Amino acid sequence: MKVSVQKADFDLSAEVKTLSSKSKEIGAVASFVGVVRDVPMTLEHYPGMTENSIKKIIEEAQSRWKVMGCTVIHRYGELQPGDQIVMVAVASAHRGDAFAACEFVMDYLKTRAPFWKKEERADGARWVEAKASDDEAAGRWQPPAQKAG
Amino acid sequence: MKVKVLFFAGLREQLGTSAEELELPSGVTTVAALRSHLLNRGDSWKSALGESKLVRTAVNQDMVPATARIKAGDEVAFFPPVTGG
Repeated sequence: MKVSVQKADFDLSAEVKTLSSKSKEIGAVASFVGVVRDVPMTLEHYPGMTENSIKKIIEEAQSRWKVMGCTVIHRYGELQPGDQIVMVAVASAHRGDAFAACEFVMDYLKTRAPFWKKEERADGARWVEAKASDDEAAGRWQPPAQKAG
Repeated sequence: MKVKVLFFAGLREQLGTSAEELELPSGVTTVAALRSHLLNRGDSWKSALGESKLVRTAVNQDMVPATARIKAGDEVAFFPPVTGG
């Protein structure tokens, strides 16, 4: 797995190429890129915990699906509309596992990785508030209840 | 005992501090107790960390519930719900 928290931009196609070349068994790579919408922003994070929390999320995905490789890059610092913020790419033998694990990693990242967005609006800067819908999205992935007996 | 306390994002700005070493009185052995202890510092602390505020906590860089225990040398972080991605 590759986890990077960085100021610099990233190249999705280069990352996907590296990921898919790791094994001849890989038959699918699913990827997601998050982009800044309409407001410039500054992203703060908790160095150390950020990287560790993302690694744990990937390990959790590996325990649920057949994940043959995973790359997560998340940027911090000042970002402008149109800039890429985050990418998740998951390699697997088949698309089902790749799609599911990619969405899972992204949903968990939204609620567990210590990043905070501050939007620079015309009327002043303000911290973005967490959305209940993000908790709900992550909640969908709770493991099924164990069978009695 | 001594712990390192960190604050991030909106909390860091409200409190005007990002990190400090803190000597805790005996009896302060959980994240919740530390949070209550910090409220004694005054109004800006009450408005940032009061019970009605949604605050997340991590001990040694692991997100934990308020009931989590803390020990000497721990790194305890307080921050708002995360908004990355």
